[in-house]
Amino acid sequence: MTSAVSFKKVSRHFGSVRAVDAVDLDIAPGEFFAMLGPSGSGKTTCLRLIAGFEQPTAGSISIFGERAEGVPPYRRNVNTVFQDYALFPHLNVLDNVAYGLMVKGVGKTERLKAAEEALSLVRLPGYGTRRPGQLSGGQRQRVALARALVNQPKVLLLDEPLGALDLKLRENMQEELKSLQKVLGITFVFVTHDQGEALSMADRVAVFNDGKIMQVGTPEDIYQRPNTRFVADFVGSSNVLPPDFVQRYSGQHRWGSLRPESIRVSGATSGDGVAARLVGTNYLGATTRLALDADGLRLHAVVPAGTALPAEGEAVMLTFNRDSLHLMDEPA
Amino acid sequence: MRSDRGQRAPLGLKIAAACGLLFLHLPILLIFVYAFTTEEKSFVWPPPGLTTQWFAVTWNRPDVWDALSLSVRVAAISTAIALVLGTLCAAAVSQTRFFGREAISLLVILPIALPGIITGIALRSAFALADIPFSFWTIVLGHATFCVVVVYNNAVARFRRTSGSMIEASMDLGADGFQTFRHVVLPNIATALLAGGMLAFALSFDEVIVTTFTAGQQQTVPIWMLEELIRPRQRPVTNVVAMVVVLVTLLPILFAYYLTRDGDQIAGSGK
Repeated sequence: MTSAVSFKKVSRHFGSVRAVDAVDLDIAPGEFFAMLGPSGSGKTTCLRLIAGFEQPTAGSISIFGERAEGVPPYRRNVNTVFQDYALFPHLNVLDNVAYGLMVKGVGKTERLKAAEEALSLVRLPGYGTRRPGQLSGGQRQRVALARALVNQPKVLLLDEPLGALDLKLRENMQEELKSLQKVLGITFVFVTHDQGEALSMADRVAVFNDGKIMQVGTPEDIYQRPNTRFVADFVGSSNVLPPDFVQRYSGQHRWGSLRPESIRVSGATSGDGVAARLVGTNYLGATTRLALDADGLRLHAVVPAGTALPAEGEAVMLTFNRDSLHLMDEPA
Repeated sequence: MRSDRGQRAPLGLKIAAACGLLFLHLPILLIFVYAFTTEEKSFVWPPPGLTTQWFAVTWNRPDVWDALSLSVRVAAISTAIALVLGTLCAAAVSQTRFFGREAISLLVILPIALPGIITGIALRSAFALADIPFSFWTIVLGHATFCVVVVYNNAVARFRRTSGSMIEASMDLGADGFQTFRHVVLPNIATALLAGGMLAFALSFDEVIVTTFTAGQQQTVPIWMLEELIRPRQRPVTNVVAMVVVLVTLLPILFAYYLTRDGDQIAGSGK
């Protein structure tokens, strides 16, 4: 099967900075794919390589089997929803959405009809006569989405699509984007630094760091079975356990990852478990996050709200299921 | 000391302001009045009588028409050159990063900061060195040096307020470079270019110093006026021409002012 997007040893260097460094990547058709990473990790450059705003320094990119190097953005069947939406302020909403069809020479009545349909798809019917400046942030985002989708791209690229929206709107848009993607069956590739967003929306996630992909997998893979300390820490702030510690519990001298919610905290002072001291509590609503000190090793645990807790500074006993201790591939 | 908005300004301040404005504009009004005087050899106040005959006299003087037509042609062509070069330069400086960008930005603005006489002498010696005879085109070249600055300044300010991702968005949606320029860039900078172009036109129209250094025997309107002041006959003709010049330069500048005043909303509403 042909990949929707395929990177083979793709690099993009800016002077001495290796923004993207020998990345191999295959995105399947119809997939909802997330590129997750801290800022400066190369995820946005990868997106711009797919869009055609950047050309690779080395390696090859293909989009649905067609070589993409040297092909300008306007000759790729790929559309982008920009982080700042980049709507055209001098055109009204309908002309904004119809822009792609207009430059392709589609007749006026036909393109305005298609634009109106695209606007109803993003639930903004009848907003065509307004100016972008008269819309709220969430509405502009939908217009940007409609403007990209009206061209029926094979791949839709989204650059931090929800970054500028407030929490409530962001949650709504997450669900909406996901259902839109299901209905349309288009390959979505989106860039985010928010691990919650990546895990909740994507079919598969690529975690970027320093221009390289650290791990690609389903959200569950990434979350439950991180392969490196970076992934464990960046995705869901897992407890990264040093090899010496891990050896005591698994017999293997390797780095381990233990999710905060897998740790049980009790006030017992003796018995099986890891002796620790509670050094801080952080109330998060549905859960409470505990900061623990186990003989110099800083650990975090997340317990459901309402759990009876010892006072700060008291000794506690930590227990966890051996199965939830994940051993990472990274060499010790 | 307070300066509340509701409070009225003291009388002394009002009188001072009125005097200032009168000082600035009364001489201009005086020139208009002298265009109607019956005394042709010297300017006498009050005018001994009023007449409109000078308008007819001016109309029938071929030297006036020559000067006017030269000025209009020079201003139009200098402005056209400035529009192309100024826009290209502004686009380069504001849309890309390259070595020496700040230096270029400064060098482009320099001709308007330098005294006109320096620009004039420099151009004259350059033309002499290159053995270029003075002509219509040397005047145009001289004027274009400062017209470019005006267009550049207007265009660069607008480019800075135009989001760079808009151009990428246009390319992304399938528009090539030319289509992007025509459908996205031009509509967003059009009013800035119009304003810059009109200012450039007005500047070129009443330029004296650079013109004296770059013109041969030809006379633009301001040069013609200077010569005319020395002659003893038909003085009010100069005043009639002065009225025309004031109108020709004032109207575009007013229009340019209104265009750029509203410019914020045109270019900045994308964010």
